[in-house]
Amino acid sequence: MSAALLAVIRRDLLLALRQRGDVLNVLLFFVVVVTMVPLGVGPELSVLRMIGAGAVWVAALLASIVSLSRLFAQDYADGALEQMLLSGQPPTVVVIGKIIAHWLVTGAPITLAAIPIAVMFDLGLAPGAALIAALALGTPALSLIGAVGAALTLGLRGGGVLVTLLVLPLTVPVLIFGAGAVEATAGGLPVGSYLLLLGGLSLGAAALAPWAIATALRISLE
Amino acid sequence: MLEATDLQCVRGHRELFTGLQLSVAAGQCLHIAGDNGAGKTSLLRILAGLLAPTTGKVRWKGADITRTREEFGAELAFVGHLNGGKDELTALENLRFEAALRGADASEASALQALRRFGLEDFADVFVRHLSQGQKRRVALARLCGARRAPLWILDEPFNALDVGAVDGLYTLIDEQLAGGGMVVLTAHQAIRLPDGARRLDLNAAGSA
Repeated sequence: MSAALLAVIRRDLLLALRQRGDVLNVLLFFVVVVTMVPLGVGPELSVLRMIGAGAVWVAALLASIVSLSRLFAQDYADGALEQMLLSGQPPTVVVIGKIIAHWLVTGAPITLAAIPIAVMFDLGLAPGAALIAALALGTPALSLIGAVGAALTLGLRGGGVLVTLLVLPLTVPVLIFGAGAVEATAGGLPVGSYLLLLGGLSLGAAALAPWAIATALRISLE
Repeated sequence: MLEATDLQCVRGHRELFTGLQLSVAAGQCLHIAGDNGAGKTSLLRILAGLLAPTTGKVRWKGADITRTREEFGAELAFVGHLNGGKDELTALENLRFEAALRGADASEASALQALRRFGLEDFADVFVRHLSQGQKRRVALARLCGARRAPLWILDEPFNALDVGAVDGLYTLIDEQLAGGGMVVLTAHQAIRLPDGARRLDLNAAGSA
């Protein structure tokens, strides 16, 4: 079973490498959205410091939603998905493998890209570190929750808009605690509880989402 | 043994077939015939467990396939309308991934051997995107001769887009599968040369087989 998991992760990373344009577009989308904020609200440092974390989290949310179209849609269209579901492996193994690979090519680069962005918003050392830690702990939840939406809307017309409407409200807790972690640090409060909550959200999603996704995929294939 | 009892399939308010019975025993081949839209593909997807029948059950070795999906999947090789290979991977990478996922021998040697059966050894390192339709179909069919032979093959129009040589290769493969006690369920619109003893189920005059 773990060999099958590794095979799926390896395959999806190889596919991402062969289609790096798609992966880079998501990262560029994130950077461009975040960069728009200072242009819109003006260069006042105290304002930027205040809204920086929120802007980064909203951009990360949007970028992870934009990237969802890559997750199952191509495998659905070319028949690879039905082959994987008929492979004799539990569908949750395939789903978990695909989500790990998806996080490695979206959530992880976004977390790293947030380092220069924290400097750009002049967040300071401790709040900047809190932002990176919060992103590292929270983006897996975004991939997992988003994957449920992607699986449910597979093969539907206008699925892209629908997936946004389905997924965004569900990611509100991640957004609140993610931005809260940075605010707390900036205000000199301990950040631990926020990070624990984010990690808990990701673990909770990891425990529940794969089953929901596997069922949704099976329904979509009918 | 694969058995289906009392299958009914309704797609978009139209009944494709009802009260359909079929069974395939070891070493048997079942050819499903019917006009376009008669429900051949739907029936194959039901037999593979990808589509739930409106009523009725499919059993593999006596157990309902919706309850033993993983065990059934491990014993099934399905080649559908869609080839299921990734365009951005090479023919070899596609086969090795499928073998690894199924827990079979994923070595380069065994994947190359499967490609050789379909005359694709010179195209092993070519991206599937750059192959012709017929070659893509052959890559999909090459999964049938993986290191671990699945006892049940479900093939939807396997002869489509194949050239004469590949058609002969597939006939040989089907004969070997049946001789080894395997089962084959297939559809084809062309007149095909079926192995001796193959049975035919005509969905236009649906009944049982």
